[in-house]
Amino acid sequence: MDFLNSIILLTNFIIVPGITYGSQLALGAIGVTLIYGVLRFANFAYGDLMAFGTMIVILVTWFLQSKGITFGLLPTALLALPVGILLTIAVSLFFDKTVFEYYRNKKSDPVTFIVVSLGIMFVLNAVVRIIIGPNDINFMDGHKFIMKAREFKQMTGLNEGLALKSTQVITLITTIITCSILFYFLNKTKTGKSMRAYSNNEDLALLSGIDPKKIVLLTWIIVSILATVAGTLYGLDKSFKPFTYFNNLLPIFAATIVGGIGNPLGAFYGGFLIAFSEIGLTYAYKKFFKYIMPEGLEPSTLIQFISTDYKFAISFAILIVVLIFRPNGIFKGKVI
Amino acid sequence: MIKKNPDFKICFSVMTVLTILVGLFQSWGIALSMLNLCLISAVMAMGVNIQWGFAGLINFGVMGFLAIGGLATVLISVPPVPEAWSAGGIGILISGFFLLAVVFSVLIINKRLPNHKYKNYFIFLIIILSIPLLKLIAGPSISKIESINAATSGFLGGANLPIIFSWFVGAILCALVAFVVGKVCLGLRSDYLAISTLLVSGIIITIVKHEEWLSRGVKNVIGLKRPVPYEVDLQNSEWFIKLVEFLNSSKLSNVLDFDERTSLLNQLVISSSGVFVKLCFSLIFLAVVLIILYFSEKALNSPWGRMMRAIRDNEEAAKAMGKNVVKQHLFIFMLGSAIIGFAGAMLVTYDGLFTPSSYQPLRYTFLIWVMVLLGGTGNNYGAILGGFVVWFIWIQSAPFALLVINIFTSHLDETNYIKEHLLNSVPYFRYLMMGLGLLLVMRYRPKGLLPEKIIKN
Repeated sequence: MDFLNSIILLTNFIIVPGITYGSQLALGAIGVTLIYGVLRFANFAYGDLMAFGTMIVILVTWFLQSKGITFGLLPTALLALPVGILLTIAVSLFFDKTVFEYYRNKKSDPVTFIVVSLGIMFVLNAVVRIIIGPNDINFMDGHKFIMKAREFKQMTGLNEGLALKSTQVITLITTIITCSILFYFLNKTKTGKSMRAYSNNEDLALLSGIDPKKIVLLTWIIVSILATVAGTLYGLDKSFKPFTYFNNLLPIFAATIVGGIGNPLGAFYGGFLIAFSEIGLTYAYKKFFKYIMPEGLEPSTLIQFISTDYKFAISFAILIVVLIFRPNGIFKGKVI
Repeated sequence: MIKKNPDFKICFSVMTVLTILVGLFQSWGIALSMLNLCLISAVMAMGVNIQWGFAGLINFGVMGFLAIGGLATVLISVPPVPEAWSAGGIGILISGFFLLAVVFSVLIINKRLPNHKYKNYFIFLIIILSIPLLKLIAGPSISKIESINAATSGFLGGANLPIIFSWFVGAILCALVAFVVGKVCLGLRSDYLAISTLLVSGIIITIVKHEEWLSRGVKNVIGLKRPVPYEVDLQNSEWFIKLVEFLNSSKLSNVLDFDERTSLLNQLVISSSGVFVKLCFSLIFLAVVLIILYFSEKALNSPWGRMMRAIRDNEEAAKAMGKNVVKQHLFIFMLGSAIIGFAGAMLVTYDGLFTPSSYQPLRYTFLIWVMVLLGGTGNNYGAILGGFVVWFIWIQSAPFALLVINIFTSHLDETNYIKEHLLNSVPYFRYLMMGLGLLLVMRYRPKGLLPEKIIKN
């Protein structure tokens, strides 16, 4: 019984939140990695692109709610998602046409790209704050819990409860769907293969008749979809605040580099690695050891590696460690 | 050498004109506080410019170094808290020694086993193991310190020295941190360096925010010392009242009634004491800017400066000529960070308070970068000009946006939803201005407003 309790404890406090947060990071990291792989720069405006997409989703959600349209048990935001995606694609393409294309044709160095992406970051930051304001917004509606901790306790008779929020399940399912489609597209379809070819070796890809404009267009579309989906899922699970989205850029970058920049599968695993280490290293294992240790040997301290204040710092530290030991990332990315 | 440069004239005439304009149209108090922040920004921008303009090192960790500089003001100028020291000082000292021991063991391993297969893993293991141990050693004393007088102190306090010292201490601390960061990160390629320095600054901010025994963390430190007199003291000192009387003698002589005259004089004394304090700050900051500018220009035109530019423009060739690129990069990274730390301490001194939670990358990293890029990379005058222009836009864009919104929505009702919403979001137009400014400059003047002068013989 104690063993089961301990397992449930870990599931409730580490595994479920880890999978949710990991999926959100993974979706974001795949977007960053695709931009890096195909367009060859680190996009600092990505966090704000996520915020922009989420903002559109929230606005449409409010509109739908005012018309009395909801999605039953599911959050209305899922209905609003397509509109958000479309507008985010439009914004990405607009910035690509007005800003990035010029530097791409000029073959500027990566630093110039970073700097102009900073400019776009400022602009998007302002746009989001001007339109929706800097405050916390909770736009989750529909059914909140699939299983409450109390219900679980009654059902199983265990001491520890297992709560399952519907947003956690939605996040997981959406991530599975999005990632399977994406990886099928990248690995199996001709367009996806040409995209990978372009990412791998631009000159050879051009020689084999791949149209770079089409590849760039496609990348922005995929990236915008990923950004909006990841942003909306994060907002549903926690809440929407422009500043948080900007800050989320940092763990996303960490996940991208840890997984090997330019490598989508690596970014996927990197997201989960970062999420699990953030949650796993800041969790106080005292209760867990109480269950599995024999009586009399229970620990007196919290058994916490580092306090929760340092949650963000962990992902940064992991990144630095990875950069020292395996600069190409755990799953070989581009040779840097 | 410096005065002959046309950039010098452009730079400082822009600065004078902007200050005078604001002084005439708004008020001298606003103009001087803007000037002060411009000067501090100019120092920050010069620090970044040394790293990016001279050496091509992209440092997105500006925020972290500014915070370290700010922390230095607390550690130097605040009076110590004896109760906290007696409660937990020994524990903190022991953990400090422990930390030193960890650092030395890492250094020794690094030196003694240069080619060992598992060297890096050893170091990694030591660092990982030391974190919980450190927590175990320092934990009890930290909680003791933080519980003493939590509302007013709850930290160890500082050394109670004049705050000017802290500027130098901040610079030295930053150089030390930059040494560690540089050792780890400088080998990386440009965009990796950008991301990793950004993340390192995040770690620094987290530490400053949450180690309350050191910095009071989110509880802030207020009422820091000043290198200039306080307004209240000025208002009570005879010479200052006489000075104000003398300066405003024509205005005062118009008022014949004695009581009215005294009250007018009082008002003048109060308002001009604020201006006087800011003016003192301005003079100190201006001196700092000029001194750093002088040495920076000297360095740039010395053989060392030429070598740095050679390394920046062609690392391989410089290496082939026998220049130690790694060492020079580390040195210039430390130098630039030290200047940034100096500016960070100046900023906190000017504000008179240290608020770790106010350090945000947008304001304290990327804005400084906009200054450097807008002003002109590789040109010290460009950095100063960028500091001025960007800070001016940053401060003035809210009133400007307000004006524009009012013009465009003048036909709308006062209670119109859109108008109200726009008026509420006026502060965020500054981000828009910054972004658009940066994009435009990068497109049409990629070298900045005052481009680098290439010296040809």
